[in-house]
Amino acid sequence: MGLDLRLPIGALFTALGLVLIVYGAISDPAIYARSLGININLDWGCVLLVFGVAMLAASWRRTAK
Amino acid sequence: MTLTIVDGLIIGLYLLVVIAIGVALRRRTRTSEDFFLSGRSIPAWVAGLAFMSANMGAQEVVGMAASGAKYGLATSHFYWVGAIPAMVFLGLFMMPLYYGSRARSVPEYLKLRFDEKTRLLNATTFAFMTVISSGISMYAMGLLLNLLLGWPFDLSIWLWAGIVLIYVFMGGLTSGIYNEVLQFFLIVFGFAPLVILGLVDIGGWSGLMASLADISLQRGYPADALTTVWRHTGSADTNPLGVGWFGISMGLGFVLSFGYWCTDFLLVQRAMAADSLSAARQAPIIAAIPKLLFPALVILPGMIAIGLTHRAGGLTFPLKPDGSLNYDLAMPLMLARYLPTGLLGLGITALMASFMSGMAGNVTAFNTVWTYDLYQAHIRPNASDTHYLNVGRIATVAGVLLSIAAAYLAARFNNIMDLLQLVFAFVNAPLFATFLLGMFWKRTTGHAAFAGLLLGTIGAALHHGLTIPQHAIPGIKGGWLFIVHTYPSEMAQNFSTAIMAWTACFLVTVTVSLITAPRPDDQLKGLVYSLTEKGYEKPAHWYLNPTLLAPLVLGAAFALNLIFW
Repeated sequence: MGLDLRLPIGALFTALGLVLIVYGAISDPAIYARSLGININLDWGCVLLVFGVAMLAASWRRTAK
Repeated sequence: MTLTIVDGLIIGLYLLVVIAIGVALRRRTRTSEDFFLSGRSIPAWVAGLAFMSANMGAQEVVGMAASGAKYGLATSHFYWVGAIPAMVFLGLFMMPLYYGSRARSVPEYLKLRFDEKTRLLNATTFAFMTVISSGISMYAMGLLLNLLLGWPFDLSIWLWAGIVLIYVFMGGLTSGIYNEVLQFFLIVFGFAPLVILGLVDIGGWSGLMASLADISLQRGYPADALTTVWRHTGSADTNPLGVGWFGISMGLGFVLSFGYWCTDFLLVQRAMAADSLSAARQAPIIAAIPKLLFPALVILPGMIAIGLTHRAGGLTFPLKPDGSLNYDLAMPLMLARYLPTGLLGLGITALMASFMSGMAGNVTAFNTVWTYDLYQAHIRPNASDTHYLNVGRIATVAGVLLSIAAAYLAARFNNIMDLLQLVFAFVNAPLFATFLLGMFWKRTTGHAAFAGLLLGTIGAALHHGLTIPQHAIPGIKGGWLFIVHTYPSEMAQNFSTAIMAWTACFLVTVTVSLITAPRPDDQLKGLVYSLTEKGYEKPAHWYLNPTLLAPLVLGAAFALNLIFW
């Protein structure tokens, strides 16, 4: 097909992860009362970032071959 | 619920990627086969995930959480019984015929196997159905976004339809498939935190069982009726579905499930786009793996939501006009309760993505059936490939506009939509008998298939006209002729209607086949299982081998049924 789907998926989730991590770091802790006191933006942002980077890496590895 | 700039940024990033995919694919879409079948170049894992999420429109996501709140864990019958076996069967036994025959659509397979009239009947009803169901899901999403975020109904409809139009117009089926895979990951990552937080809050699985036991007893069922799948299906009266084990296994597990998963072109098209026969066989089986686990993401939130209603400071479901709980709000209520701004944007994006890809799925199936099975077959055969590609693009615009019209029709005349959906259910119910006989009994003839489909549909309508669920008024719910039988629930009646239609179609098709002339064997090569060569090429990875994956997936489904028995 030419376009490796892992590239846009990786790009989107890397960007989403970064947005959530930055926002999690600067947001008022009071908003996390509803998520049981867990800074879920920061934590889940890390999960998204790892997934996004893994997808990008898989896509680049294929291109490099 | 209000969204902040961060939520907006997340939604915006998603839309940007969606449009970018469309733009990137535009230059790669040169022939009609690129546009309608992705040039048969999709890898197995992409086709598989798209196959799985093409079915997960927003209506399905919101609806499954609603059913989780209403029926409890028994809702997973729609996955472990009503999907997995059919998906595995499609991959193992039917894809070699759909893909191997080089048919470009399910109706076209019917033309190759049977005749033109059978294709015309299937193609026309299917084209109508896709437009109507796309309109109904748009309407549902417009209502939901209006209720949740206060967005104007008209704005939602035109905005989302416009975005779907842009990316399907540019990239055709490939755009549709890529966005379905994107949606798959958004649903997983958007709803997983909800489930984790909800489960922690309610005290884990045991805490959930305890909360639901109270609710179950209060509704007049055994304490564990909302947290088990089979234990109370000995009688229709002791489980919340209101259906016994026979209806569940034969009506849902056999007739409805195989009829939907194995013959609906919207789904089969994803597997037909695969890059090899081997990938086409793997796609539905790969799709079955996440399907096994999805009840945790879409049904569990509904169960947690209803469990929380019995706790101080828990949730309160708004009431419907008739005084019953509005279960459809289970998923939105959970999003609003647990997700702070930021992650909330991700949850809303997941809902929007599933809405858009649900609509795109209908549009891509519609434009293909319209162009190949109606336009090329009946209006203008033998034109150039570029001509059909352009017709496909025009059909995409027309399909989106017709869906918008259907959405407004649904908003204005809800009862017309109910009636149309009922008629479609009658048309769909007998389908699998036709395919089963056509694919696995070479004696089956075209006249028989056509007669079977017609009489099966009439059989479904008659059964519906003669029976009624408890406490219902004769009319759209059934009993419009006269009432010979009353079912314990609407679902029990639906399952029986399907069984009746299937049986009628099966018997008529067999009988007519025996009195009409069969086609010679050499014309049926590649179309009937016994006359098709089975030298499958080796899959790219040994673990993708369907004969290895299929028993593993079926075994896992069996185990889940036992664990939650």
